[in-house]
Amino acid sequence: MSDDKKVILKIEHLTKEFEIKSKKLGEKPQILHALNDVSVDVYEGETLGVIGESGCGKSTFGRTLIQLHKATAGTVTFEGKNLFSLKGQELKQVKKDIQMVFQDPYSSLDPRKTAGKLIEEPLIVHKLVPDKAAREARVLELMREVGLDIQHVHRFPHEFSGGQRQRINVARALAMNPKVIVCDEPVSALDVSIQAQVLNLFNRLQKEHNLTYIFISHDLGVIKHVSDRIAILYLGRIVELCDADAIYENPMHPYTKALLSAIPPVSPFEKKERIVLKGDIPSPIGDQIGCPLAGRCPNCMEKCKKETPQLKDTGDGHQVACFQYE
Amino acid sequence: MADPKDMTAKDALGLDAQAQMLKKERRANNVWNKLKRNKTAMIGLVIVVVMVFIAVFAPFLAPYDPNEIHPLDSFIKPFSEGHLFGTDQFGRDLLSRIIYGARISLIVAVGGTLVGGVIGVLLGLIAGYMGGIVDSIIMRIMDGFLAFPFVLLSIILMTVLGEGLINVIIAIGIGNIPSFARVVRGEVHIVKNEEYCNACRVIGVSNVRLLFTHILPNAISPIIVYATLNVASAIISEAALSFLGLGIPAPTASWGSILREGKSSLMTAPFVATISGAFILITVLGFNLFGDGVRDVLDPKMKQ
Repeated sequence: MSDDKKVILKIEHLTKEFEIKSKKLGEKPQILHALNDVSVDVYEGETLGVIGESGCGKSTFGRTLIQLHKATAGTVTFEGKNLFSLKGQELKQVKKDIQMVFQDPYSSLDPRKTAGKLIEEPLIVHKLVPDKAAREARVLELMREVGLDIQHVHRFPHEFSGGQRQRINVARALAMNPKVIVCDEPVSALDVSIQAQVLNLFNRLQKEHNLTYIFISHDLGVIKHVSDRIAILYLGRIVELCDADAIYENPMHPYTKALLSAIPPVSPFEKKERIVLKGDIPSPIGDQIGCPLAGRCPNCMEKCKKETPQLKDTGDGHQVACFQYE
Repeated sequence: MADPKDMTAKDALGLDAQAQMLKKERRANNVWNKLKRNKTAMIGLVIVVVMVFIAVFAPFLAPYDPNEIHPLDSFIKPFSEGHLFGTDQFGRDLLSRIIYGARISLIVAVGGTLVGGVIGVLLGLIAGYMGGIVDSIIMRIMDGFLAFPFVLLSIILMTVLGEGLINVIIAIGIGNIPSFARVVRGEVHIVKNEEYCNACRVIGVSNVRLLFTHILPNAISPIIVYATLNVASAIISEAALSFLGLGIPAPTASWGSILREGKSSLMTAPFVATISGAFILITVLGFNLFGDGVRDVLDPKMKQ
């Protein structure tokens, strides 16, 4: 990446809390902290990988960005506009620029619409191509672009394989010429052999359309393959954020170290130290005090239990949220 | 086939037409073939088609004018010469009255279902999609309607509206609204949280478009099934209203009104009530069988 990086999406203090309805009458509703004060800049043309274990808020992050969830606090600035304060026509315009590819290719396509109709829909909704014949040509062009057989334009989603369906999803997102695509585990539901194909498709499209990806995944290998920068999410907080290579070579946060040590070594003769964190991920329900990793961290200090470390730059854009590096 | 990248849009349109044909064929095959295999549904369909045929071609099928009075020929027994089903107390040919009665009964049943269906579906869509306070208000009103027994509600409406074909349709239609609204609301509740609806919201599809082009088509199967079954109960409702004397005004024949007139001569000429009752029974049975079959075909979870 060059130095003249342009911030396309500025995420500041993004917080999402879910209220859990109380079971008993008059009991105070409990609060689930899904996202805590997440701040990150996304640069134009890059792929920001977001990685973390189950329940750490990866999907909530993606869904809050595209406003499927309403953020509790924080702002997302896109092209100088705060996404969460937009309304009506302006919001519709911005929605066109930020698209999403969903995790499950089986449920994210309307089963009663053909592939062609599904891809055509965004063109109709945003009145991008008013002429019907031109629109159909554009649909076929999109199908070709994502590697779908144009003969299949009138097939229903259930007649496609998982990989093909995900291609329909991508084509539908591409139809609007978006600038940012949020990929919420787009390949986790696919076979490994298909995963590679779809990932290569993502890479190719990024180059051709200068797309910016926010790529959410739990798969360390997939993230390494696609990302320019990686954000490690733990319990709704970014604990480490840096270039993709740096994170594999020089992980700083204890959680990142443990996470990366879980990748099996390439050779069976290679000795690899496995860092095992004790215990489970703590509950995100209720008040959150101290570092989220405090109970499991091998280097836990007194301070960790009382205060929450902030994400701080340690040089070279490598940001980490840990008191060890202060 | 050739590499799709090398194909021009013109090639594609040729394929397009092919694909369109394939699609149509496949669709027809799907529902129709499955329905054909379902014997009870086909029996139901045959009954329904026969009844509709009778209703549509009533003037050609009926041997006499249904309202022609022959006082001297009253209560001729069935299977006598000239009168297959006999005559009623005014000497009117029962076969002709049954044939013309099919018209009224089916129009009222289908019309009432349509009126109730359209309004009920709309209300159910709104209630299910909006949720919250709108949902509560609409559904509590529907519950209020459901609290009245159907016949009582119809009697009230008929008393207010007065006799007449249109008014019977309206009364039966209004009585049908709440149950349609309930069915639709439940379906919408399931469908609206599906991932593909979220995908549509991300694209920027408006609520109205989402509701009518995605949610309604995905919720339509139970609505169709319910409507088919509802036609059957609407026939009975019409019969009940006519039986109570609140339906279609006197000389016009409907199965319900023939049944009521047959009631007064139940001891002397039981066939009047029996034959009209039998037609109601068979038609209701037909619609029920057909509705059950349609449900089996449309419900992917009930595979044979």
